[in-house]
Amino acid sequence: MENTNTLVDKSRLVDEKTVKARLVTIFTKWEVLLLLIFITMCIVFSILSPYFLDYFNLMNANFTFMEKAIIALPMIFVIMSGDIDISIASIIALCSFAMGAASASGASTPVIVLIGLLVGIAAGAFNGFFITAIGMPAIAVTLATQSVFRGIAKAVLEDQAYTTYPESFGFFGQGYVGDTLIPFELVLFLALAVVMWYILHQSSYGRKVYAIGNSTSAARFSGVPVKRIRFTNFVLNGLFCGIAAVLLTSRIGSTRPNIAEGWDMEIITLVVLGGVSINGGKGNIFGVIISIFLLGYLKFGMGLLNISGKVMIITTGTLLVVAVLLPMILDQIKAGKKITRKAA
Amino acid sequence: MKRFLRTREFNLIILIVVLMIIVAFRAPHFLSGENIERIINDTSILIMVSIGQFFVILTGGIDLSVGSVIAFSGMAASMLNQYQPGIPAAIVFLVGVVIGLALGMINGAIVAFGKVPPIITTLGTMSIFRGFTFVLSKGQWVTAHEMTESYMAIPHGSFLGLTNLIWAAIIISAITYYFSRYTRTGREVYAIGGNKVAARFVGVKEEKINFIIFAISGILCGIAGVMWTSRYAAAVNETATGFELQTVAACVLGGVSIAGGSGAVPGVILGALFLGIINNALPVINLSPFFQMFIQGFVVLLAMFVNTMMDKRNEKLLLNRRRA
Repeated sequence: MENTNTLVDKSRLVDEKTVKARLVTIFTKWEVLLLLIFITMCIVFSILSPYFLDYFNLMNANFTFMEKAIIALPMIFVIMSGDIDISIASIIALCSFAMGAASASGASTPVIVLIGLLVGIAAGAFNGFFITAIGMPAIAVTLATQSVFRGIAKAVLEDQAYTTYPESFGFFGQGYVGDTLIPFELVLFLALAVVMWYILHQSSYGRKVYAIGNSTSAARFSGVPVKRIRFTNFVLNGLFCGIAAVLLTSRIGSTRPNIAEGWDMEIITLVVLGGVSINGGKGNIFGVIISIFLLGYLKFGMGLLNISGKVMIITTGTLLVVAVLLPMILDQIKAGKKITRKAA
Repeated sequence: MKRFLRTREFNLIILIVVLMIIVAFRAPHFLSGENIERIINDTSILIMVSIGQFFVILTGGIDLSVGSVIAFSGMAASMLNQYQPGIPAAIVFLVGVVIGLALGMINGAIVAFGKVPPIITTLGTMSIFRGFTFVLSKGQWVTAHEMTESYMAIPHGSFLGLTNLIWAAIIISAITYYFSRYTRTGREVYAIGGNKVAARFVGVKEEKINFIIFAISGILCGIAGVMWTSRYAAAVNETATGFELQTVAACVLGGVSIAGGSGAVPGVILGALFLGIINNALPVINLSPFFQMFIQGFVVLLAMFVNTMMDKRNEKLLLNRRRA
């Protein structure tokens, strides 16, 4: 559907629009705007701090946001089809708890990882069941499971923590690829991003997700298995939470009940800032990938400049609101101009 | 009467009574008047803020910034009290409420005039207001010995045997009940949530309503902020973190449709009380506080599940009756 749209747009560009108009359409595209902001930010930071454009620093900065980035990928699907999942941080806690328990009882690294992923899938399926089979609103269900999932970890662990993991388990979150300075987490994220790009933009599954987001009833009447796809989205989300839980647990080497607390909002911010409409049906994976690195390096750069974490919170929040507010205002200005032109 | 028996409020009352009886089996003093008053006192803040959340959800939106508005207005009021102890508590209270109102109006302006979806707006302002709370306090707390006696007495003072906090909840409940049922603006809120397009065609100004409901939510959070800090005699930067979820849970339990357009103030009050009773019952039946999160989540999920199934059954009954 979107493909044909862009085709139509392109042919129109060639026929009707001047070079200037073409440039305007390119530069008002969301991903391009984000990219420009990203480049500006990099330039500003490298002027302000000599340590910013350091290969070693830039690579290591990835460790701080790759787990969130990985969950942002399936979250695109969930938000795209008009749902939302605010239980992701709690799924991580549950997975990490299960892995910790397995490790404490002497499981080997592959078994620990497998358990983490399976628990993630199960938690995602649990959400998906109540949302699609029972028909409860996604925000209400995941609001409740947010307490249920983390509650399990809290009830069993109380104020204790699992801190013993096999040595080989440490690779996932701390390892580098070969002798390079490229973190394994970054490579894994890029690989997953390619897979998710393919599913979202090249497969029929992705087309159906867009269709559901644009109009659930129209999609249902066109024979799209709406419930099954929404269910799959949540399972996918759970699986990716499992992957992120493996990386995070491996990186920090311990499981506490408050692990990953507050990530839900951060990840939703990543997706929305990336241009995915919260009402579903609009957006693409490139915008989200840019916004992941934009926010990640923004935090890293501000950290280099000794800016306190609280100011970072304010900046992220402002960025989110302004990012959505700006296009709306621009649209209104454009619309206003059109009206006056018509009147004249 | 028959209609009342089928309402969500009635279901909730039954649930609450059953829950209380179960707890009372293990701890008979749970049903004492003193304990019930304590539960209501503990739940009053949740009731106020949930009502604010209710109006926002009624229009199809959501207010995720309530916890941060509570923290900021509570911190601002406490710091005013700390540095200017001469100012009477009533004025400090008013300042807190006005700050809450101002923050609510910021949300309202972005949603109503900037046309940014409420979930995005409040997701952003949740971080922004929380960040400014830290900036304002420079990370410091305001503790009991830095507050004046009269400030700490705001929620604790009593009138006719009930604490001011409970009175505040009762008065707010009464006013908002009247507002939602019997005023033109109140009905317009329902209209927007029920069907935006239809509401616009009959002349409801969507922008105005959106602005008003966020302002209401702001005022109630402002009151809650002052009450919270003075009641616990501490203004912390993390005040009310995660409170937004409790208020949404209270609304959903109380039968407010998350899609907007349906629900009522009494349901929200019962939903909040239900959560309050669970919180209060856990220590009474000797369950470790670490279980609280799980049980709360589980009960909310269960209650929503039962509600959804009953709604489905009612729909089917209605369909069958139409067919017949």
